[in-house]
Amino acid sequence: MAATATCTSSLFYGPRLLPLSGSRSSPKRRAAWRPQQVVLPMAKFELRTPPYALDALEPHMSKQTLEFHWGKHHRAYIDNLNKQIDGTDLERKNLEELVKFSYNNGNPQACFNNAGQAWNHDFFWSSIYPGGGGKPDGEVLELIERDFGSFEEFTKEFKAAGVSQFGSGWVWLILKDAKLSILKTSNALNPLIWGYIPLTVVDVWEHAYYLDFQNRRPDYLNTFLDKLISWEAVAGRLARAKAFVNLGEPTIPEK
Amino acid sequence: MPATLLMKKMRSGAETARTMLGFHLRRRGLKTAMRQQEVLPDLPYDYNALEPVISAEIMRLHHQKHHQAYVTGFNKAMEQLNSTSDPQTIVALQSAINFNGGGHVNHAIFWQNLAPPKEGGGEPPEGNLASAIESEFGSLDKLIAKMSTTGAGVQGSGWVWLGLIKDMKRLTVETTANQDPLASKGLIPLLGIDVWEHAYYLQYKNVRPDYLKNVWKVVNWRDVAKRYDSA
Repeated sequence: MAATATCTSSLFYGPRLLPLSGSRSSPKRRAAWRPQQVVLPMAKFELRTPPYALDALEPHMSKQTLEFHWGKHHRAYIDNLNKQIDGTDLERKNLEELVKFSYNNGNPQACFNNAGQAWNHDFFWSSIYPGGGGKPDGEVLELIERDFGSFEEFTKEFKAAGVSQFGSGWVWLILKDAKLSILKTSNALNPLIWGYIPLTVVDVWEHAYYLDFQNRRPDYLNTFLDKLISWEAVAGRLARAKAFVNLGEPTIPEK
Repeated sequence: MPATLLMKKMRSGAETARTMLGFHLRRRGLKTAMRQQEVLPDLPYDYNALEPVISAEIMRLHHQKHHQAYVTGFNKAMEQLNSTSDPQTIVALQSAINFNGGGHVNHAIFWQNLAPPKEGGGEPPEGNLASAIESEFGSLDKLIAKMSTTGAGVQGSGWVWLGLIKDMKRLTVETTANQDPLASKGLIPLLGIDVWEHAYYLQYKNVRPDYLKNVWKVVNWRDVAKRYDSA
């Protein structure tokens, strides 16, 4: 990685040793090495565009909602986050690291709200897709039926979680202890901070649905499940999760 | 206009039936078996009375849908509470009771805290409250600035309050999350500004600070002063 002029350098993963003084090192001098100083890049976060046009989710989620929700709310979280971490070591972290770090085990730092919301919204835009909704198939459906009894049970539980999240928050389908589970979090919290693997999410902050549904959160949740949710995204995330979690019966090696 | 007045003044048949039932049961000495249910209070003004600060559309939704939902939810939770003696069930009902009950309490105060300009909305306070504000905050403008900044900073859903520390008779600015009533912080609520997104989103969208800048034009300081004096 090229060094940049502005940042302070830091030691990285145990010293990679280089000769103390240039290339001319006598046998005696070779005994003394200095750690290589590697500079971690500092970078601001950028607002990523959703993987579809802002009007592509009509009529289930209006262009106006996307323009405000993504264009104003999400953008503000990113801009304010950048202001908060400007010039600090936190600029070296990627967003997921920053969320977990700034959560600080329940005593969140100032930038946690913005970091969490920035991550959550990114995840949310990738969790919905034009022509989405309906029933999954393949392994996702198998696991849902295994862990919830049936797809209908899952949708019932998911909607119940959505309407009972008092105040602002999110409802997640997560992988927890190798099982699918529904989790609701308030404000900016997300499953990463507890080490769970999120598979999909619905935003139940009022700004997510008020322009289209006003107070009718249950209708919004129905539309999310019937018309918006991207089960392909869930399948992709599940496949990635299998690199870390064994979803089947544990195989105990012989001897 | 007549339809609005009708909406405002009429209580639904179902609600009337419930309170009539309560009346009859009490007459027959069955008061202990039946608890009077909560009822959505009427607004003291028309739905469009706070325009252009708060639109009629928001007032209608806020009152008829959101506040009504808190009342309905509270009554339902209390009914379930009164029909069980299982500790686990009782504990599980607490969050629904707190949330819906708090929402009902908070909004009942909120509607009284507001008034159209022709009925005193926006007029600066006088008397004891005015002196108390001056001595605690320096001036009304400083209090307003503080409440607006504090309100804008509330993460997620909640309220910003002007509250009273009762034993010291001191004013303080405080916030509560979700529908927690100010009493949960040991303070007496004098003035509450709802900063849930449903309170302003249709008009002000994401710009909560604009809502907070404008809402002072319809704050009914006479009501706030009344609460201060009777505390």
